[in-house]
Amino acid sequence: MREWLRDREHMVRMGILFAGALAVFLVARAVMVPKDFGTYGHFRTGALADNMAHPLVFAGRQACGDCHDDIVASRKGSKHEQIGCEACHGALEAHASADDPSALKPKLPDVKTICLVCHRENVAKPAGFPQVDPKDHGDGGPCTSCHNPHHPEIS
Amino acid sequence: MESLLHSVQGYIYPDELQLQWSILIVLYPFITGLVAGAFILASLERVFNVEAVKPTYRLALLTALAFMIVAPLPLQLHLGHPERSFEMYLTPHTTSAMAMFGFVYLWYLMVVLVLEIWLDFRKDIVLMARASTGLKRMLYRAMALGSDNISERSLRIDDKVGKFITIVGIPSAILLHGYVGFIFGSVKANPWWSSALMPVVFIFSAMVSGIALVLLLYQFVSWYRRAAVDMPCLDTIARYLLYAFIIDFSLEMLDLVHRIYEADESFKTLDFMVHTKLYFSQIILQIIVGTLLPIGLLALVQLVKLTEQARRAIYGAAGLLTLVGIFAMRWNVVIGGQLFSKSLLGYTTYKMGLWTREGLLPAIILLILPFVILYMLVKLLPPWDKARGAEVPRAQG
Amino acid sequence: MEADRREFLKQTGLLLVLTGAAAQAWDFVLAGEPEKAPTYKLLDHWWAMAMDIRKCIGCGNCVRACKTENGVLLEPDCFRTWVERYHVHPDDPGHPEVDSPNGGYGGFPEKYKAGDGSKNFFVPKMCNHCAHSPCVQVCPVGATFESPDGVVLVDKTYCLGCRYCVQACPYGCRYIDPRTETVDKCSLCYHRITKGLTTACCEVCPMGARKLGDLKDPKDPIHDFLKDHMIHVLKPEMATGAKAYYNGLDGSVR
Ligand code: HEC
Ligand code: HEC
Ligand code: HEC
Ligand code: HEC
Repeated sequence: MREWLRDREHMVRMGILFAGALAVFLVARAVMVPKDFGTYGHFRTGALADNMAHPLVFAGRQACGDCHDDIVASRKGSKHEQIGCEACHGALEAHASADDPSALKPKLPDVKTICLVCHRENVAKPAGFPQVDPKDHGDGGPCTSCHNPHHPEIS
Repeated sequence: MESLLHSVQGYIYPDELQLQWSILIVLYPFITGLVAGAFILASLERVFNVEAVKPTYRLALLTALAFMIVAPLPLQLHLGHPERSFEMYLTPHTTSAMAMFGFVYLWYLMVVLVLEIWLDFRKDIVLMARASTGLKRMLYRAMALGSDNISERSLRIDDKVGKFITIVGIPSAILLHGYVGFIFGSVKANPWWSSALMPVVFIFSAMVSGIALVLLLYQFVSWYRRAAVDMPCLDTIARYLLYAFIIDFSLEMLDLVHRIYEADESFKTLDFMVHTKLYFSQIILQIIVGTLLPIGLLALVQLVKLTEQARRAIYGAAGLLTLVGIFAMRWNVVIGGQLFSKSLLGYTTYKMGLWTREGLLPAIILLILPFVILYMLVKLLPPWDKARGAEVPRAQG
Repeated sequence: MEADRREFLKQTGLLLVLTGAAAQAWDFVLAGEPEKAPTYKLLDHWWAMAMDIRKCIGCGNCVRACKTENGVLLEPDCFRTWVERYHVHPDDPGHPEVDSPNGGYGGFPEKYKAGDGSKNFFVPKMCNHCAHSPCVQVCPVGATFESPDGVVLVDKTYCLGCRYCVQACPYGCRYIDPRTETVDKCSLCYHRITKGLTTACCEVCPMGARKLGDLKDPKDPIHDFLKDHMIHVLKPEMATGAKAYYNGLDGSVR
């Protein structure tokens, strides 16, 4: 045995070095891999929670009805009924979930521009979509002088 | 952003305005290619008993090591979070070609290069440990792992194991670079990259560049040391360079012809790109200056009888042109693959930074670094002794 | 023990593995809304998107809302969703003229004239939440993944920023967020859909041109949408299992 080892000793030492490095690697790996890795697939399960934890900014249309049922009612039967409130009013989670919503009273949409965001004429819009050229339509004043934004149909 | 928009023609997806892989990612396949090529050249002597290239065997090994040490640096510099790169070892994603990088790299660096060099230089290390004193002695003793045994039998064992490692090393070298090609070739979203030929082309271009590098280095080192150049060795290397180059070029042409003939939906877009944005780097630099010219020069030597002086000059020129050509090839793959939109409706431009983290300056430094490391390696482990038998390792200090 | 926990997780589908900051934010979100406690069952959903080109009016509401909801940078160009305008000559459908000024963030100033015989339409684009995502396939560490409910998500604390996924996405839906130096993309408003809300882009779309759908919910209207229309996905030749289903997708759309 000793005889065999004599001229292979350096090899054995190198082998031990490699084995040691491998052992260090395996231990480090066992310690460092996130504990929740791989439960549902090749990822950290906590990443799901991280993604869920992002704060809400838009409240969703359901939220507004709790307090603004008058507006919701006024939209009944209108072509705007299906449009989410925040499509015009912007993100209002902060307002809707506030202890005192009136303290965080949202700024109203600019009646001179808001309608044209959707209704300005454009050839790429679906042909059936009601579009106007503000130069030809209305009197140059705010659209809301003739249309109710929550129920824009006239008559 | 304004200025970026001006560099766009046609339509690109808005998120494509930022070019993701910079010149550093060009360096990465270039450098690993040099490693693989230099190693394959070195192994010719050991495995296939090509005696003629023996004078370059050890130099090629050290060159491979020097470049291998630098190879991951451009990647690290490019990562958004280099401090997280160890995750590749913790949770490697088995479906990702890139995840294997860590393992292939470690395998190749530690098991193949370091072991092979260690085994081959062990006798020298022990001799140098014996001949030196102080710190230096400690260093060499540590490198010898405290062993002082250079008995006939131990060296024979070294040689046997070394040969085995070389045999394992060749497929490893091919794996190392073939897989770099696979990283690009397997991206189905990108028609410029997506090709089964990509890994093969990468392997042969790696051989070409590695051989050219050793060809140049050997001449340079000989000149620097005022040692005589072993002409049969140089001629043999140049011949291998020519062969590898012809295969490499044929493969690339095959890819080209295939694309032109198939002319799938991406063809018009890519064709336009090659004739405009990539014209200089692809047609001029890569194909004409960097491939046809060196192939012509090397073929000339085969056809016409030339003086030693002339051959050396030709080898020098061909080697340099080859490196330029292969670098251009990496550039055209990496950068070219990002100049057109995946919508195939538009093009963007790559604006290289100068001093930025991924700019020209770091790239130049990264290209010089391997030579500095090589210089130190050569100082540490002088590669010229048994090759020509004349010089015994000098123990300095 | 480990097996038990895993089993428990799977059975309940509850997400009990909340870590550090995430747990706090979770509490914060839930404060005052105990009825919205995490009853979300991970394995009971399979999310998809129904896009209707014939409805999109190019108002840009989705682009703006997405950036607001998810804090996406306005500059440099980072878009989790964007809208394209196509201008196609019927005799040359292979060469559409496409634009997307700032992703459609500010709408689309009129550029073409009516009556020149061309075909014009808007195409809303976003992550397709592919079932066989090429981006997930190439991620070296598992920092981007397909969640069990069919959403392609990013683990921002784990991402290396190697950008391989950006290269691998055939649809150009990924970008690097310069603030975190990690990749970022549409999360299908995972924080919203797991609370029973729809995504921000769907919330503000006036035409219902995009609708979130749950393919595992037999009552979800998306089944009718898929059944009643001729449906196409983007780049089907990529075989990505894209789950953004388009109605009225023109052949010229890339
Ligand atoms: C918890 C109840 C509550 C909810 C939920 C709520 N609001 Fe309000 N909102 C109020 C109160 C109270 C006011 C203040 C009324 C006032 O001062 O005249 C207000 C004011 C407003 C105003 C300004 C009215 C004005 O006259 O200036 C707007 C616009 C508005 N809310 C829109 C919304 C929208 C859109 C939502 C849904 C996202 C919403 N609100 C959700 C309670 C609520
Ligand atoms: C098409 C765009 C649009 C939609 C959709 C819309 N609003 Fe409005 N809303 C407006 C505009 C514009 C004004 C401002 C009118 C003015 O200044 O004369 C307004 C005003 C209001 C006001 C304050 C004035 C008032 O009439 O009492 C409230 C409250 C309000 N909206 C709530 C809602 C709620 C709740 C919804 C959803 C159910 C909703 N809005 C949907 C455009 C819209
Ligand atoms: C967020 C987009 C949006 C905004 C903002 C908006 N609308 Fe509308 N509007 C719509 C949609 C969608 C319809 C329904 C179209 C349909 O069903 O074809 C509609 C329908 C209408 C109609 C009915 C047209 C008809 O066919 O009878 C009128 C009038 C109208 N809007 C006026 C307005 C006015 C005035 C404003 C500004 C206060 C406004 N809209 C703001 C999206 C919008
Ligand atoms: C002077 C009053 C007046 C003003 C101001 C006005 N409108 Fe109208 N608008 C009308 C009347 C009246 C109709 C109904 C025409 C009809 O039903 O055919 C109408 C119809 C519409 C329609 C439906 C068109 C269709 O094709 O069905 C839209 C959309 C519309 N208006 C948008 C706007 C917008 C946007 C503005 C602001 C730029 C605006 N209007 C300003 C009076 C006005």
